[in-house]
Amino acid sequence: MSTLLQNVFGNAKGFARLNGESKVAPFVVLLLVVTVLASACNLLLPQDSIFYVSTYTITLLGKYLCYAMLALAVDVIWGFCGILSLGHGAFFALGGYAMGMYLMRQIGDRGVYGNPELPDFMVFLSWNELPWFWQGMDQFWLAMLMVLLVPGLLAYVFGWLAFRSRVTGVYLSIMTQALTYALLLSFFRNEMGFGGNNGLTDFKDILGFDLQSDNTRVTLFIITALMLSGLLVLSKKIMQTRFGKVVVAIRDGESRARFIGYRTENYKVWLFVYSAMIAGIAGALYVPQVGIINPGEFSPINSIEIVIWVAVGGRGTLVGAVIGAILVNYAKTKFTAIMPDGWLFALGAMFVLVTLYLPKGLMGLWSQFKGEQAVAPTPVNPPNETSASHNPEEGRA
Amino acid sequence: MSLLDTTREVMRRDQVWPFLQDDTATVDISHQVLLYVEGLNLSFDGFKALNDLNLYINDGELRCLIGANGAGKTTLMDVITGKTQCDSGTVYFGQSLNLLEKDEAEIAQLGIGRKFQKPTVFEAHTVMDNLELSLKSNKSVIPTLLATLTGEEYDQMDQVLETIGLKGERMMLAGSLSHGQKQWLEIGMLLMANPRLLLVDEPVAGMTVQEGERTAELLTSLAGERTVVVVEHDMEFVRSIARTVTVLHQGSVLAEGSMDEIQNNPDVIEVYLGEAP
Repeated sequence: MSTLLQNVFGNAKGFARLNGESKVAPFVVLLLVVTVLASACNLLLPQDSIFYVSTYTITLLGKYLCYAMLALAVDVIWGFCGILSLGHGAFFALGGYAMGMYLMRQIGDRGVYGNPELPDFMVFLSWNELPWFWQGMDQFWLAMLMVLLVPGLLAYVFGWLAFRSRVTGVYLSIMTQALTYALLLSFFRNEMGFGGNNGLTDFKDILGFDLQSDNTRVTLFIITALMLSGLLVLSKKIMQTRFGKVVVAIRDGESRARFIGYRTENYKVWLFVYSAMIAGIAGALYVPQVGIINPGEFSPINSIEIVIWVAVGGRGTLVGAVIGAILVNYAKTKFTAIMPDGWLFALGAMFVLVTLYLPKGLMGLWSQFKGEQAVAPTPVNPPNETSASHNPEEGRA
Repeated sequence: MSLLDTTREVMRRDQVWPFLQDDTATVDISHQVLLYVEGLNLSFDGFKALNDLNLYINDGELRCLIGANGAGKTTLMDVITGKTQCDSGTVYFGQSLNLLEKDEAEIAQLGIGRKFQKPTVFEAHTVMDNLELSLKSNKSVIPTLLATLTGEEYDQMDQVLETIGLKGERMMLAGSLSHGQKQWLEIGMLLMANPRLLLVDEPVAGMTVQEGERTAELLTSLAGERTVVVVEHDMEFVRSIARTVTVLHQGSVLAEGSMDEIQNNPDVIEVYLGEAP
């Protein structure tokens, strides 16, 4: 158990170094090629061709890519800064709700109750006017701004409070878990004005395009792929700057980073905000493709799943997180079709096995396979263990 | 503390009220003293780690701090660098900078570098990256995001690599260096920041004799231009570098003077050197 915890929260051992191992460019090319091929096979080929890709598959792929983006968000914060967030589902869901609000307003008078102003659930609750936070959400630009701002702001406030008080490790993870659970409970309430446990659904169109049409679905899929590629490249660029180096330095030796003059809490807060915004974008792209957003997205188990995707793919590799998310979700689709009740056990087993035997995930396995034995740092060597720890002051300080 | 005591403390005539002090970022060493530590008290759960400790470090000096385990050496460094809050006392850097009001990052930016007991370098970074991170530069988020290395900074890095003897290892990951090399890299990281004051905690722990000698050379060559405070257990090493030695015992200063004076001091012999074989 202690090895497990050490690998999850631990130091440099389980993390891969970015520059040597992360091949973002080839992966992005591969991703875009697959996207273009799949889209072309859906739109251009007749339905009876053996190469025809069904719209269902396109939507499924789009969903996977949204999850991949979410995994990227967690990797940025966990893999590079060592902050294990078990609440990233919250940022994802908030981004999703912002998009959902826009889509609800787009329904207009085509809802069941035919009210041109109010979404159906509000009519059902016999509300007479839109709550203030629904005002203006029929504007696409405002909704998109909220997709970024709401998760970003929450991450900023949470991060500012947590990192300034120097909360780290397990405690921080538990707090993030509590955060998403609190949001889950409040979004379940009808009085919150977000549709209670039914959430937001029954969307008709986005920017005037029919959400059910093949063209819109393929477009959404392509936008998701482009967004994911863009964010992958941007994240890699950020990690290559001195800012990125400081972030990794904070992961490996936060007090050392402080003693050479970096205000580590500021770095953590801004990285957390960046990560939350990626999660928000992922949520916003997820909702129109899946067609529903409800408080279930806030459930803590979702956030834990994200962490598993990243662990499977390989922490601190960016590409690994994306691959992990896609593979695990593909496995989930297949597995739940055969044995729906067994999935959580399989997921748990996967997490334990990966942390114990594959601390660097699939990316670590890949680089081992390619023979370029990872340039991983050796564990902190203890030749002077005795001389370093015989001073009782160290333990206290 | 009663109201009367508080009033007396506030009205003490030998001090200037904090809000009247000129807290500028420049270090004022017009009295040749770089670091003033006065009346420092700190207790952990009733154990007095620092007990009315007074210490003055002159500019350009190489000072050794010795003392038995628990004498307060590392705790003193923790207080100076802002890691630990003290219960009472004052720590001034130069005439005007009150260190107790500042946090670790600010103190580091003022030019106080600290080397830990256990070598702490960023293991997942190369030697070069470790040095780059320690450069004296604007260390807030946005400037760091946009920072690039200038030619001068490269030169400075080269120079430091030369000094610490890691020229050949510049592209190696710090995690794969030997123990002694990590110690030097950490000293090199301090040098990159161009500090006024270096606090070095047990620099030769775990080093071979040759490595220790090189470290001694390095530290003596730094003194003069910079001020160096070394905490060390190895008496041979202390003898080889120190001009002035301060002996700490149970959280306060027991004796101060040259190595010979210290070794002949009856108090010191009793509490510290006497224990050595």
